[in-house]
Amino acid sequence: MLEEIKFYQTGSNTVGNRLLNPSMRTIQASGDRPNTLISGHRACQGCGEALGARYAIDAAMRATGGQLIVCNATGCLEVFSTPYPESAWRLPWIHSLFGNTAAVGSGIAAAAKVRAQRHGDQTVPRVIAQGGDGGTTDIGFGPLSGMFERNDDVLYICYDNQAYMNTGVQRSSATPPSARTATTMPIGAEPGADWGKGKNVPLIAMAHGIPYVATASVADLRDLERKVEKAMSFHGARYIQVLVPCPLGWGVKSQLTVTCARLACETGFYPIFEAEYGRVTGVRKIRQQQPVLNFLKVQRRFAHLTGKKADPKVLARVQAMCDENIKSFGLLGDDDPQPAPTAVQALERAERI
Amino acid sequence: MDNNQKGLEQIEGSLGVAKAVALARPGVVCAYPISPQTHIVENVGKFVKGGALKNCEFLNVESEFSAMSVAIGSSAGGARTYTATASQGLLYMVEGIYNASGLGLPIVMTVASRAIGAPINIWNDHSDSLSQRDSGWLQLFCESNQDAVDTHIMAFKIAETVGLPVMVCMDGFVLTHAFERLQLPSQEQVDAFLPEYQPREFLDPKEPISMGAMVDPDAFTEVRFLQQRKMVKALDVIEKVTKEYREITGSKSGGLLDCYNCDGADLKLIILGSTVGTAKDAIDELQAQGNKVGIISLKSFRPFPYEALRAAIGDTKNVVVVERAFSFGARGIIAPEVERACKGMGTHISTALCGLGGRAIYGTTIKDVVAYAQAGKFQEEFTWFDINSAVLNRYLKDSEGITLPDGPLAESQLCESVRKVLA
Amino acid sequence: MTTAEMLSLSAFLEGHFAQAFPSFGSERTGAPVVAYARIDDKEVRTHEPIREPDVVLVQDRTLLSAVDVFGGLKKDNGFVVINTEETPEQVAPELVKSLPQGHVLTLPATRFAMEKLGAPRPGAAMLAALAAATGVLKLESVQQSFQTRYPGKVGDANAETAKLAYDFVIEQKNK
Repeated sequence: MLEEIKFYQTGSNTVGNRLLNPSMRTIQASGDRPNTLISGHRACQGCGEALGARYAIDAAMRATGGQLIVCNATGCLEVFSTPYPESAWRLPWIHSLFGNTAAVGSGIAAAAKVRAQRHGDQTVPRVIAQGGDGGTTDIGFGPLSGMFERNDDVLYICYDNQAYMNTGVQRSSATPPSARTATTMPIGAEPGADWGKGKNVPLIAMAHGIPYVATASVADLRDLERKVEKAMSFHGARYIQVLVPCPLGWGVKSQLTVTCARLACETGFYPIFEAEYGRVTGVRKIRQQQPVLNFLKVQRRFAHLTGKKADPKVLARVQAMCDENIKSFGLLGDDDPQPAPTAVQALERAERI
Repeated sequence: MDNNQKGLEQIEGSLGVAKAVALARPGVVCAYPISPQTHIVENVGKFVKGGALKNCEFLNVESEFSAMSVAIGSSAGGARTYTATASQGLLYMVEGIYNASGLGLPIVMTVASRAIGAPINIWNDHSDSLSQRDSGWLQLFCESNQDAVDTHIMAFKIAETVGLPVMVCMDGFVLTHAFERLQLPSQEQVDAFLPEYQPREFLDPKEPISMGAMVDPDAFTEVRFLQQRKMVKALDVIEKVTKEYREITGSKSGGLLDCYNCDGADLKLIILGSTVGTAKDAIDELQAQGNKVGIISLKSFRPFPYEALRAAIGDTKNVVVVERAFSFGARGIIAPEVERACKGMGTHISTALCGLGGRAIYGTTIKDVVAYAQAGKFQEEFTWFDINSAVLNRYLKDSEGITLPDGPLAESQLCESVRKVLA
Repeated sequence: MTTAEMLSLSAFLEGHFAQAFPSFGSERTGAPVVAYARIDDKEVRTHEPIREPDVVLVQDRTLLSAVDVFGGLKKDNGFVVINTEETPEQVAPELVKSLPQGHVLTLPATRFAMEKLGAPRPGAAMLAALAAATGVLKLESVQQSFQTRYPGKVGDANAETAKLAYDFVIEQKNK
């Protein structure tokens, strides 16, 4: 819907709120907004994760009429929101461990269902499990896959900032190649994170055949809200991975968080798509394609790719990766997504609705 | 009247425990297979699927770590929660175990006690459960399957009253796989004893709370103090709940500890778990020969009943703790606690280490321990009892050129054998 | 293990205290396994494995050459039941000499099971033979134990197998 609008604000590659009709505008502050993650928390300036979480959870609160429980993996979001005895959360919220959030979510969902049965309640509170990329794609991956496989009624949201930011910016399996982290320093023959490593958890989630998988970004909060609302319209396991730039870890100016996230999308660096029962159903098209250099050059973690001493071959390799994303996800043009092989579990789950 | 008419059942220990758990009407049960606890959760799963246990969610999870994590979520979500594990599985969920007690969640978990590898060994000893000594869970040991059935039902009430999780430790295979005569209480009795779970607080959209916040040095010590307070409270709660349960069901199970033949005994054995039954038979035979030995069955290892144990030992000066696990680089795990309980009483306390990795503790083993103690041979705190020197020597002779004598090996003999080689 | 369980259940049904447990191993199907059972008129408290049995049931005669199955057997009054088509003198001549007359008996338990049950599960026949030989159990209890544990066709077929074996042993005894 948004890509049809061809008016952009100068230099920002974004559609200005003022150019949209009121129903399409993003509302940042209003009296009736749930404000589930309320101000006063200790996130850094320009924190992409705080922004993403606030919009995602508020959208879920609206979608469930406030019948929502959240469990949170250890990580920045947990630490900055709940320094005892304070809490920035205005909903039932629990933090257990780093690697078990999906399973805790399964437990809460089971308890909510049983409590509703036993007390004759019509509404069963819904559950969101959330964590960063480390807690999701690495240490929490086993429980995540288990929750998907059982098709437990949990929406898992991964706030992907592509490294372990809470512990001081170490590499995770979501860290892109060549990126500088504390454990992949830009030194030696191949500076930054290794090529040929890492995993694509949205595609792995789709291979489980779960009802809904999506990627999103804080560059398009309206799209994020829509996806969360859509996710809450399904029962069973769902997964949303939101790209949330980390000013500290990426070396981005705090006022450029959203711009940086947008450039990740507009360059094909981070494909934004959604899938139902293992098949891609929608792709957020690139509106104004940019060379990946524009995305890389605003971040210090890629400074060794863009500076004077940079090896142009590596830059070409990153560009080729983006081009491949654009091609395989169909991020340009007007084509609909191509069907792909699907897990049989998906067919069974789709039928059971 | 035959046994069937008396409401008795001849069933496997695991099935008995599963029935006991079902009588407690849990809301969520999660399961991951590991020997020897599997039969318990298999049976609970059957009750749920077959409709005998209603309004209960049974989750097959992908690891013990997730089993404990699902239990954390469901308990925090306000449901009475049960799971079971053993050995490697217990260790695999350790991070969650500490988390559950820190969060004050009244989860009940069976530990079908089993040795820890390497070397891999599926048989019974207490090294798994005792490794969780400092985890903040209550740890209740069972001497028979009847004890296990009753203790599981009591465990829910104890956990929910205290606000801490409870491990019910029953010897793997020896109890879990033994078919014995069991008296299950009726559903009416259990309902009267253990009403529907009413959590004091839980994750409820109507009254939102935040659980699991980060606590900094300003308050962490105080949080730990309050947790320890709950443990102390648990001593009292265990006794009260046991009393109530016994009144309703007529059972003799539970309690902090149990004394057998203790009056006037000048030697007392402290034993945990299924060995107690074997030892009772053995000392009855000794009693018939005019040799009076008492047995203290230690039911509650955490909280440790220092005062009750001090009273149970009384003025007996000779105490041997039969231990089925030890602490590497140190000595027994239970004896030092007994030592604390008896401080200033002049009691001689020593450990007879036996029954590791499923080595059977026979009545003869117990009689040997008694004879050894009465001959004053437990000169040291720690003795490897029931050890086969021939097996040791097969290795030591070739590799280090030394041999060890037959019979029990005291700690000093081990130390000496090392010094000999170093010299 | 099922046989030990059924033995304990039969004794239970007669009002005794009983206990049964396997020798806990990681053996896979078909490997030699040992299971134990105790019967008493007071509570069975011990959980130690049995080293000096009153009775040994050998469900597979091929074990006789592989394992010391009679180790610890009480020589003055022990009983042995072996599942085989052969006679006691043929399969265990030494044992026959060392135990009282009639304390070693053999029966084609697997054949009886195949006949009635259609599966090589000699347990019911073995227990019935024990009942016939020693009188510690009634045939009816053995039958009832299988019918309780396996209600329906399987339990009934086991009960018929037990009857066949019981009559066989009684007939041998009266010869």
